[in-house]
Amino acid sequence: MANVPEDLHYSKDHEWVRVEGDQAIIGITDYAQNSLGDVVYVELPKAGDKFAASEPFGSVESVKAVSEVFTPIAGSITSINESLADEPEKVNSDPYGEGWMIRLKMDNRGEVDSLLSAAEYEDFTKAESE
Amino acid sequence: MRLNESCVVSNLTATAPQLKRTPLNDAHRQAGGRMIDFGGWDMPVQYPAGTIEEHLRTRTHAGLFDVSHMGEVDVHGPDAIAFVNRITSNDVTKLVDGQAQYTALTTPQGTVIDDLLVYRLAADHLLLVVNAGTTDKDWDWIKSHHAGEQVELKNVSAEYCQIALQGPDAVAILQKLTEVPVADVKYYHFTHGKVDGIEGIISRTGYTGEDGFEIYAAPEHAERLWTKILDAGNFGADDGVLPCGLAARNTLRLEAGLALYGHEIDESTTLLEANLGWICKLDKGDFIGRETLAQQKTEGVKRKLVGFEMTDRGIARDDQEVVINDQRVGKVTSGSPAPFLKKNIGFAYVPVEYANVGQEISIDVRGRLVGARIVKTPFYKRAK
Repeated sequence: MANVPEDLHYSKDHEWVRVEGDQAIIGITDYAQNSLGDVVYVELPKAGDKFAASEPFGSVESVKAVSEVFTPIAGSITSINESLADEPEKVNSDPYGEGWMIRLKMDNRGEVDSLLSAAEYEDFTKAESE
Repeated sequence: MRLNESCVVSNLTATAPQLKRTPLNDAHRQAGGRMIDFGGWDMPVQYPAGTIEEHLRTRTHAGLFDVSHMGEVDVHGPDAIAFVNRITSNDVTKLVDGQAQYTALTTPQGTVIDDLLVYRLAADHLLLVVNAGTTDKDWDWIKSHHAGEQVELKNVSAEYCQIALQGPDAVAILQKLTEVPVADVKYYHFTHGKVDGIEGIISRTGYTGEDGFEIYAAPEHAERLWTKILDAGNFGADDGVLPCGLAARNTLRLEAGLALYGHEIDESTTLLEANLGWICKLDKGDFIGRETLAQQKTEGVKRKLVGFEMTDRGIARDDQEVVINDQRVGKVTSGSPAPFLKKNIGFAYVPVEYANVGQEISIDVRGRLVGARIVKTPFYKRAK
């Protein structure tokens, strides 16, 4: 079964959000990396770029497919995970840790409340894979 | 995360509501194969090891592929060779018993109905092995171009399973299961023989750029053959044979510079444009498309299939546009990471004036121009 950490927030597009003060760290879930397969390329935005909620901020490519990744909350990028340029496989091996993608300063902290909890996300993926 | 392009699913995908299954369907599911709709067939795209590991294992040791979805047409009768020679581009008269040949079913325009293997079972008996997604179309085409020759045509696709064992360890693994001296079977030759007691055709052919075999047998034996070969090739965790899915099959054939029907070749591309002049035997006598191909050979083609590798970061994907000097001049037919070469590579059609090794090109990757360079193919060639 896919790993779904309790302390994170989730989107229906399979992104996770970790809140740290007024900042959010975003990546893709274990379920997402598993259905994608070996990640070979990650395209990320630049620091300073601004995104509205549900806007694509980059893409993640496996051998066989390209997927867009979306930020579930609005904000401006404060930093990106530069190491994914050379080690995209971290998205597979450690999706909630070294495989993080972007850190952004949230426009509206309240948006986090509309995301799924770990339990809700788990139910969502179960329903989706049936 | 939303999937916006899946690059494995063939653009030949049928709309059949009920997916067809090979006799190994249960085995794939039990082994954790991730199943997809491939041209109307329920096939594994990868196993738990993952595409990259499956690809690398095939290059370094061995990989096992279920290709039972491929179609087979049996051509039997005194005019078998004459008939097949008239509807295909290569010269069937050059084959001896026990030999196979890569060739194409051509249209009057010199374009491609399908690419296939012709096996000469006997002077009056050929077996045509065609692509899965085109089997019905090919069968109709073959029947409709039968013009009085003395042959009996049978679509025998359901009478065969086909399993491909590919890689440098293929000879050693298969030899454990048969008394046929498999190392003596020459490249593009085959022999009838028993594998673990199961009667079949053992063919020294493949679609990966590696040494290896394709084994044809009755479908009821598929699961036993599959399991026995996996057992025989199980040398340990890191160097045993791995079952491989369609994604690895695609990256292996691409690295080896082999065309895939529906991508590099189809009914809009001629054999000469696709660099398949070597299977166009224009002097063998008449065949469908010969006249057009001869004319095109004299006049020269206007566009050509080329291989390229990315020089900037980024991965080209199927159908993306090729840009040279701000002009959109062609399209990518297959684009992918190449796991063994650790490069991002692809095939594309470009106007012939640009079809030179070293030519710098750009690929429009979802709105971003990414640099690439035309290179020699095959991208990968195994050491002999």
